Amino acid sequence: MGYLRRNLSLVVGIALLSALGLFVIIGHLVVDTSKSRPLSAPAVQAPSLAHPFGTDRQGRDLFATMVAGTPLTLRIGFIAGMLGVGIGAILGFASAYYRGRLDAVVRGVVDIGLTVPGLLVLILIAVSLRRGLTVNQMAIIVASLAWLNPARTIRAQVLSLRERGYVEVARLSGMSGSEIIVKELMPNLLPYLAATLVNSVSSAILASIGLEVLGLGPIDSPTLGMTLYWVNFNAALINGWWWWWTAPITIILVVFLGLFFLTVGLDEIANPRLRRVI
Amino acid sequence: MRADYLLKRLGVFVLIVWLAATLNFFLTRLSGQDPVRATLLQQAQLGGYVQSGLEAMVKEYERRFGLDRPLWVQYVTYLSDVSRFNFNYSISNYPRTVNEIIAEAIPWTIGLLGTTTVLSFTIGTLLGALLAWPGAPRWMRVLMPPLWALHAIPFFLLGLILMYVFAFRIQLLPMFGGYSPGAFPALTLTFVGDVIAHAILPALSIVLVATGGWALGMRGMMVTTQGEDYVLFAEAKGLRRSTIFLWYCVRNAILPQTTALALALGNILSGAVLVEVIFGYPGVGTILFHAIRENDHFLVQGIVFTIIVALGVTTLILDVVYPLLDPRISYRRT
Repeated sequence: MGYLRRNLSLVVGIALLSALGLFVIIGHLVVDTSKSRPLSAPAVQAPSLAHPFGTDRQGRDLFATMVAGTPLTLRIGFIAGMLGVGIGAILGFASAYYRGRLDAVVRGVVDIGLTVPGLLVLILIAVSLRRGLTVNQMAIIVASLAWLNPARTIRAQVLSLRERGYVEVARLSGMSGSEIIVKELMPNLLPYLAATLVNSVSSAILASIGLEVLGLGPIDSPTLGMTLYWVNFNAALINGWWWWWTAPITIILVVFLGLFFLTVGLDEIANPRLRRVI
Repeated sequence: MRADYLLKRLGVFVLIVWLAATLNFFLTRLSGQDPVRATLLQQAQLGGYVQSGLEAMVKEYERRFGLDRPLWVQYVTYLSDVSRFNFNYSISNYPRTVNEIIAEAIPWTIGLLGTTTVLSFTIGTLLGALLAWPGAPRWMRVLMPPLWALHAIPFFLLGLILMYVFAFRIQLLPMFGGYSPGAFPALTLTFVGDVIAHAILPALSIVLVATGGWALGMRGMMVTTQGEDYVLFAEAKGLRRSTIFLWYCVRNAILPQTTALALALGNILSGAVLVEVIFGYPGVGTILFHAIRENDHFLVQGIVFTIIVALGVTTLILDVVYPLLDPRISYRRT
């Protein structure tokens, strides 16, 4: 508890994300999420008691849309982030520990992959697939590039760890490579892995919202990015339908700020040298 | 060893270009979509009746686009076309070529992206350096939390908010496009002013977010540099504080920032594409958005390829310039 008081970013991050979680849970109890489908409410209503967030032009109740859509967007981010960090960690650990040809290949692929603008490659993939993606397919598309950054950063960390004395001792005592990775290296990098995970969940959500705003998302799912796509599609801004975009934007802001502060907080745990600053 | 490094770096660049082209070619072919048939059917539906000669038309267009030849012939032709930046005709704007459309949009994107990147990098780096400097004025500390928070927001979200506040509510600045509708592009003072007024909001939404990122990175670097022995030595020698700040701390901390710039360009560009879409800015992002909507595969491919090559060239230049900035790096083999 005393530590939490010093690590304010961690507290802020957790608080923001818990508030969002509460909103979704309470929302699910209060509102019928099937109202997030088109034609379930009168179109373009400003917020009122019946529709606390108003309704959009296709007759979705926006409160129900937010309650149903927030977990969907988080799910895309979480699946893609998990896959990304999972694959990235395996490649990062293996290439940095064993070095050799594997390391050269992984490093080459990652270096090249990172200079290419991710969103554009994702656009290319999404355009070539058939229309009508599901939320899970969307997550997998996003994950196809989400492993590059974790692989790079984890590799760099392992490179410095593998020269430590205790790794040397483990090697001399006859532990196999995979044993050393799992039993010696991983536990030391756990906070770091957690920070990487949060970070890649955040960039996966950003990528998925980007694709959705461009119209390449799951057209009939009420995710946050798709809501923004409809906002843009119907020019809600010029028409003065402010309630249509304030709700999704606020939630997206809370998601990104929450994840950002969580990363900063976790970074502080992973890297004690950061603590004395600020 | 410089020539050695240069050759290797050029090789990587060629590899990136080849990979981008190959990905472009096979992804669309693997999907099993038939853009020609789809477009013709769509047009037939718009016309309200299905033409009897549709199959023949599909055949004819496929011959003209070269889609009836074996796959490897198509691939080789594609590579040779692409190496000459020839991306064929746009499907949705038929008589116009993909090249013409991209060439029209590129100056807008380069203008917007170039200005905002230079601005945010310079301001952010300076700000970050000052934020870590103990001699900086007190009020600067206040800037930290908002910079942090802004840094976590996607460009286009801030763009939406700015657009609502400054273009819709106060109507201070124009909302959409690159210049006023009806204005005739010419090198007159009014037109240039018009273009600048239209660029302010999109640029601001990129600069405000990106500056925070550079400031945070620079601040971290400065904190490390200030702990170095040579800074202590400089202080002990009694050098002026401004000299230590500029030539001992900033000079050394700025180098990793430059590498970070090369790595961040891709992300900045991805974000800027969405900003352009939101503001209807006539750059590459907006035509990409329309190309996606109209299922214009050739145009999408052309844009993606052009951007990847442009970024590849930029990072190549940055990588080659880097050792000139930092004499410690000579790219000798270790």
